Formats: sequence, C-alpha cells, structure tokens
Amino acid sequence: MDIPYELLINAIVAGLLLGGFYAAVTIGVSISFGILDIVNIAHPAFIILGSYLAYVLNSRFGIDPILVSIMMLPVFYVLGAAIYQTYYLSFERRGHEALRSLAFFFGLLFVTEVTLVLVFGVDYRYVEASYIGPTLHFGFVDLPLRMLVPFLMAVAMLLALEYFLARTFIGRAINAVAQDQVALKLMAADPIRIKRIAFGISIATTALAGALLIIIQPVEPSVGREYIGRVFAICVLGGLGSLPGTMLGAVLLGVVESLTATFYGPSWAPAVAFGFLLLTLAFRPAGILGR
Amino acid sequence: MRSSTFVICALAVAAVVFGLSRLIESEYFFFAGYVVLQYIVLATAWNILGGYTGYVNFGSAAFFALGAYASVAIHKTFPLPIPVLIVIGGVISGLVGLGMGYLTLRLRGAFFAIATLALAVVVQTLITNWDFVGGSRGAYILRPASAPLVGSYIEYLFLIMLVLAVAAVSTARAIERSRLGYGFATIRDDELAAEASGVPTLRLKLVATTLSGAFMGMAGAPLPYYVTYLDPASGFSLAYAVNSIAMPLVGGTTTWIGPVVGAILLGTIQQVATVTISSAVNLLIVGLVLIAFVIIAPNGLVGLVQGWFAKRTT
Repeated sequence: MDIPYELLINAIVAGLLLGGFYAAVTIGVSISFGILDIVNIAHPAFIILGSYLAYVLNSRFGIDPILVSIMMLPVFYVLGAAIYQTYYLSFERRGHEALRSLAFFFGLLFVTEVTLVLVFGVDYRYVEASYIGPTLHFGFVDLPLRMLVPFLMAVAMLLALEYFLARTFIGRAINAVAQDQVALKLMAADPIRIKRIAFGISIATTALAGALLIIIQPVEPSVGREYIGRVFAICVLGGLGSLPGTMLGAVLLGVVESLTATFYGPSWAPAVAFGFLLLTLAFRPAGILGR
Repeated sequence: MRSSTFVICALAVAAVVFGLSRLIESEYFFFAGYVVLQYIVLATAWNILGGYTGYVNFGSAAFFALGAYASVAIHKTFPLPIPVLIVIGGVISGLVGLGMGYLTLRLRGAFFAIATLALAVVVQTLITNWDFVGGSRGAYILRPASAPLVGSYIEYLFLIMLVLAVAAVSTARAIERSRLGYGFATIRDDELAAEASGVPTLRLKLVATTLSGAFMGMAGAPLPYYVTYLDPASGFSLAYAVNSIAMPLVGGTTTWIGPVVGAILLGTIQQVATVTISSAVNLLIVGLVLIAFVIIAPNGLVGLVQGWFAKRTT
C-alpha cells in the first residue's frame, strides 16, 4: 500500500499549490462581488486577456511573464476603472437593473473571448521561463517550480492586498462602502470614486493571475469559462469578500480537485468544482451568506 | 385576441411561411431557416423564465444539449420518429429544469445565474464522460434520405421546427395573459412583496424553470438529425447561451413578440454573416449588439417602438 499513500501525499501537495493559484484568480472577484456587490462574470475573460498579453510579450521580446504582468497592472487598473464607470452610468445609477447588468458582463465575457479567437486562433499558447521545467524533490514529494512560483506569487499578492484593505485609508474606505454608502458620503468621501478604485484593483489582479495561469498550463481563449464556476465557488465558500476565507476556500477546492484528478482522471475535475459550487449554493441559503 | 384565435393565426402565418419557402426551391434556405426557427424557440423558452420572472439562466446550452443527446441515445438503441423524440427531449430537460429549480429555490438574483452556469458545466462533463453517446469524440447520426409528408428531409425538419416555434410562442403568449403570467410578473417586480401578498412564489418559479427547460430541450431534440454529427463542444456551444439571452434582450423581454423579433433579427444577421464574413465574426456581432442594447435600449426594440408611439400620441 506504499504507492497509493505516496500518491495521496503528492496529490494533496499539488492541490495546496493549485489552491494558492486559485486564490490569486479569485481575489479580484472577492473584491468586486464580495465587497462591491458587482457580479462580474467576465472576470475570467480578463484573466485570459492577461495570459495572452504575457504570451505576446514573452514570445516577442523574451520578457519574463511575471514581469510583464507587473508592468500591465496600471493598464488593467485603468481598464477596470473604465468598466466600472460604464457600469455605474448605465446600470447602477438607474436603480436596480440586475438582469441587464448580468447580461452586460456576459456580453463582455463573450466579446473578449471571441476577439481573442479572432486574433490568436484556438491553438494552445504557452510561455517560456527558466522556472517552468525543473522540479524540487523532498523525499517522495515533488514540488514542480511551475506550480511553486505561482503559489508564492499568489500568497504575496494576497498578503499585500490584505495589508492594503486593512491598514490604508483607501482600503478602509473600500470596506466602508460595502457597509454603508450613505455614511461614507456624509464623511465627505465620494463612494463612486472609492468603488471605481476598488473595481480597478479587482481587474488589475487579473493581469497577475493571467500570467500565473499561462505559467501553469497552456492557454486557449475558452479556458476562462472553466474558471467562472471555480471563482464563484471559492468566493461563496470563503464567505464573500473575506481574503483569508478566499485563501481557505481556494485551497479546499484545489485539494479536492487534485484528488479527483489523481484518482478518477482529469476529465472529471471541472465537474467537481461546479458540483461543489451547486451544493454550496443549494445548502447555504442566501441569509447565511450575509445578503 | 383570444388564445385559440392566436394559435389559428400563428398556424396560418406558419403555413404561409412554409408555402413561400417551398417556392424558393433552395435547400440552403431551409438550412438557414431551421436555425432561425430554432432560435425563436430557444429565445422564447429563455424569456419564460428570464423575461417573465426575472431569473437569468446562463445554462440554456445545457438544456438544449440534453434534448439533443437524449435523441442520440434513443437513436442508438431504438430509433423513433422525431416528433416523439421532441416530446422525450422536452420531458428530460423539463425534469432537469424542475430539479434545478428545487436546488436553487432559495437563491435570488446573481446566485441563481451563477448556479445555472455551474449546471451547464456539470452536465457537459457528464456527457463528455458518457461513452455510449460518443463521449468527447462525438456521435454520428445517419439521417434517412427522405421523409414522410414533404419528401426532402431538411424540409421535414424545417416544418417540425416551424410547428414547435408556433407552440412555444403560443404558450408564452397564453402565459402572459393568465394568472400564471401575472404571478410571474409579481416575482420579477418584487418577490418579497409578492410572497407577502400570498403569491405562491416557490411553486410559480418551479413552473417557470420546468417550462423553460422543457422548450429548450424540445428545440435541441431534432439537432442531431440536422447536423448529423454531434460532439459536446458543438452541442454545449456558448453561442446557444449567448443567443438565447441576447435575442430576448434585443427584442424586449416583457412580451412574447420581443424574443421573436430578436431571434429573427439576430438569427438572420448571423446566417448572413456566417456566409459572407466568418462564423467567429458573427458571434462577435451578437456580443456587441447585446452590450449596446442593454446600455442604450434597456427595453429592447419593442420598448423603443412603444416609446415612439407614446410620444406621437401625446
């Protein structure tokens, strides 16, 4: 029974590393959906956009994908702020328009995906970097750098955001806007500006998450769809908007998925994530979720 | 107009459409027309849940593909005529719709929409792993060379879809003018208030998810015979989900005519764009039109026309 035991440990370790990466993918949604209450289902599409930018700059100029993503952070921030402004003017200001704003983000998701297909085709693309090949070995436990580097980057991003949200003025204002928008106005802070900043940050995280994704696996435009369920499952599991909760939910899902892929085959893994989400949604009524 | 009169009128329109189509004597016209009609059924089905009760379903493709795969499974064991397959596909997708309704009864707004997206991926994974219907390799369906009544098989499929479209639109219109429809509208406008005034919201939502799912399954049932090769990637294509949302929103979601107008307009544009430009570009057009309409014309084309008339009369 030695081999299944080693296999089990390796599957769990792989799941932990995968979970860290999932946290990086989800963190943006934890901000936009969990804190701002904006259902941005196009989030994964921006992650794929980030992957493709990393791919283009990496294959053209040989720049490290993570470096590319850090260069892209301001660009994605501006993009996010612009999207929030459109969203605010078209939907939020007019009152409750849930159906149409959902359709808006769905359209955004679709347009991004189709545009990527038109420009790059449906072939899988990948990046090259020194840490993609090698693997560290500790006894029988394998730690591929391809997974370890994204894991560390994800943890670093999470810690930075947690510090920002808890310790800085803007960060605290973002938390405040989720609790009481009118009160914020009375304190002479513009809630729309705060929300614009928060949404900009949420989209900026996709630049890094996208680069991490294309380090872990080759990417084609429709890969993003698999992440819609994962991202929202983690966000709901983690208790909407709490960053430590997001990390916990992400690691949980990563481990369960990794175990399923190891023992039942990778083609079942997506169903696990989504099944997880369906069950979470079905058995945790909206009240307990805090809304 | 009473519902029975409306059905007779709709059938008359359908008969005229079919008669004129035969005059054109082009096989291609039937191939293109079938797709547009299929979208009328899909858009109308989506609108029964999305437009009338306000619950957004992103999983249209799952219900549609379930109907199609039910046909594949039956074709492999014991071939039945297509009208029977449509009934079976409708029953299966309707039951899944009912199940989804039960699972998501307590979810409102965004959570329901996300759950339907999740459902689509779960169903797709199950079908991809089910070897009997071809798994990820896909399945071939040999369709008969000729059909009863009309001779040419594609004309037969066209006729079936035409009748199905009449059935779907008539049902939607009948719902709109019944107690059921008013119940749906109360859920859309204020679910809490509706429940407080004694509207059985849970039961009504189940009726809506079941009916909507059933019509999507029916629309999918003849698909294997139309495409003759079906694999999960094409059956669960995101195009179905996008179109079934975009068409009612572009046409207008509060009346039965909205989805019909949207489906004919967007469906025709896509058919033309597929031939003249490329199939990826036509999807891009749908996405952009959807975004433009939700921002500029929140009540769709029907809303625009109504607003125009209201301005003229005052």
